[in-house]
Amino acid sequence: MMKLLARNRHAVQRIGYSFITLMAVVTVLPIVGTVLFILFKGGSAISWEFLTSFPHDGMRAGGILPAIIGTLYLTIGTAIFSVPLGIAAAIYLSEYAKDTPLTRTIRLAIINLAGIPSVVYGLFGLGLFVLFLQFGTSILAASLTLSIMTLPVIISTAEEALRSVPQQFRTVSISLGATRWQTIQRIVLKEALPGILTGVILGLERAAGETAPILFTGAAFFLPRLPQSPFDATMALPYHLFVISTQVPEMPIQIQYGTALVLLVFVLTMNIIATVIRSRARAKRQW
Amino acid sequence: MEKSLNWREFIITRAIKASGYSAIVFVLLIFFFLMREGLPALSEVDASSLLSLRWYPIENYFGILPLITGSLIVTLGAALIAVPFGIGTAVYISEIAPRWMREILKPLVELLGGLPSVVLGFLGILVVSPNLRILLDLPTGLTAFTGSLLLGGIAVPTVVSVAEDALDAVPRSYREGAWALGATPWQTIWRVTLPAAKSGVLTAIMLGVGRAIGETMTVMMVTGNAPVLALKLNSLFSPVRTMTATIAAEMGEVANGSVHYHTLFLIGIILFLISLTVNVIASSVVFRAKKRAERILS
Repeated sequence: MMKLLARNRHAVQRIGYSFITLMAVVTVLPIVGTVLFILFKGGSAISWEFLTSFPHDGMRAGGILPAIIGTLYLTIGTAIFSVPLGIAAAIYLSEYAKDTPLTRTIRLAIINLAGIPSVVYGLFGLGLFVLFLQFGTSILAASLTLSIMTLPVIISTAEEALRSVPQQFRTVSISLGATRWQTIQRIVLKEALPGILTGVILGLERAAGETAPILFTGAAFFLPRLPQSPFDATMALPYHLFVISTQVPEMPIQIQYGTALVLLVFVLTMNIIATVIRSRARAKRQW
Repeated sequence: MEKSLNWREFIITRAIKASGYSAIVFVLLIFFFLMREGLPALSEVDASSLLSLRWYPIENYFGILPLITGSLIVTLGAALIAVPFGIGTAVYISEIAPRWMREILKPLVELLGGLPSVVLGFLGILVVSPNLRILLDLPTGLTAFTGSLLLGGIAVPTVVSVAEDALDAVPRSYREGAWALGATPWQTIWRVTLPAAKSGVLTAIMLGVGRAIGETMTVMMVTGNAPVLALKLNSLFSPVRTMTATIAAEMGEVANGSVHYHTLFLIGIILFLISLTVNVIASSVVFRAKKRAERILS
C-alpha cells in the first residue's frame, strides 16, 4: 500500500489537495449559508414599525425598539470604559514595557482574560458590580462587565498595530526634540490608528452580541419604557432573541427571525467596517 | 509652559503604566470574587453530595459530576469536528489557496467568530435540531451532538486563525528545500510544514477546546439541559446539561447567598480553573517553541 502510494505521489497530491479544498468549502459554506438564511427569512419581518415600536401582547406583537436602544447603550457604555483603558495598556506594552517577569505576567493575564468563559464574566460582574459595589442590575454593571471581557481583544490588536509602526519614526521624532509622550501621541498613535480602530470595533462587536455576561448584570426580560439612567436595567437584542426563542410560548416565528436579522446586521456592519478600515490602511501604507 | 508640559507628561506616563497593569488586577479581582462567593459552598454542601450523580438543587442535591461529564462530552464532540476542519481550512488558506481566495476566506472565517452565539443557538433550535431528529431518528433533536455540531462551528475560527498564523510563520526556505528534494507540495505540507508548525497547531487546538468548553448560550439552547451522567458514547445522542448552561439557566432564579447560589459560583471556579490551565499550557507551548526556534537559528 505504502509503495503504491509512493509511486503514485502525484495522484496522492491531487486527491489530497481536493480533500483539503473540500474541507475548507465545508467549513465556509455554512457561514455564508447562515447569514443568507437569516437575511432571507427575517427580511419580511422588518418594517419601520418593527424597528421603532415597543413589544406588546406579551412580546408576541409589536417591535423591538427597546432592545435595539439597549444594545446601543451597552455597546457605547462598553466603549467608554474599555477603549481608553485598552489603548493605554497597549501603549504601555508596546512603548514602555521592557521584557521583565512583570511584563510577561501582564501578557499571561491578558491571555487568560481572553480565555475566561463569558458566563464566568457574568458571575464576576454579579459579585463585584451588582452586589459588592451595589450598582444593581443596571446598564452600568453590564457595561463594566462587558468592558473587562472586551479588554484583551483591544489590548492585543492595538499593541500589534503600535508595534508595526517602524522604530525610525520614533527615533526621528525624539531627535527633533519631541518628548516621549509627544512622539507617541502625534506620530505613533496617528500611524497606528487604523489598526487600533479595527481592534476596537472587533472587540465591541463581540460585546454587542454577547448574552451570558449581561444575563445577571443588566439584562431585563421586558421593560415598558426606555432606561432613564445608567442605573436602570435594559433590554438587549441578544438577550431578547434568547427570551423570545426559548421562554415565550407560541411566539410568532416571523418576529424571532426579524430579531435575529437585526442583531446579525448590527454585528455584521461592525465587522465589515473593521475589515474595510484594515484593508484600506494596508493598501495605503507606505512603510 | 515648559514646567506644565513636564507635569502633564509625568501624569500621562503614570496613567499609562497603571493601565498596563490593569489586566493583572482584573484577573486577580475575578479570581477573588469567584472565591468569595463560591468557596462557602464547600462547607455548606457535603463532599459526598457534590460528588454524587444527582443535580436537583430544589431538593438539595448538588452533584456536579453530571454537569462536568456533560461539558466534557459536548466539548469532545465539538473538538472532533473543529480540529480536523479547522486545521484543514488553515492548511488550505495558508498553503493552497491563491491570494485572492485568501483575502475572501480570512474575513469570512473571522465573521463566523463574530456571529453572536445566541444566533447560532436560535438556528440550532429552529433548523438544526428538527432536521437531526428526523435524520438520526431520535426522540428529541436537542442532544449533546446538536451542541457539539454548533460548538464545533464556534471553535473553528479560533483553530483556523491560530493554526494559520503558525503555518504562515514557517520559513519559506523549509518548503523550498523540500520541493528541491523532489517532494510534492502535498508531501511538503504533511512532512515539513505541519511538523514545523506543530506547537502552534497544538496551541490552536487547545484554544479551540477552551473556547468550546466555555461557550454558554448555544449549548444552553440546544442540548436539552438534562443533568444526567454522560459516560457512554451513545449519551452523545441524548440530552445533557453543561456547567456553563447550568449557571446561565439557574443563576437568575436563586436567592443571593443561598447554598444553590454558592454552588453555582463553585462551578464558575471550576470553569475559571479549566480556562486558566488551558491558557497557561497553551502559552507555555508557544513560549517553548519560540525558544527552540531561537536555538536552532543561533
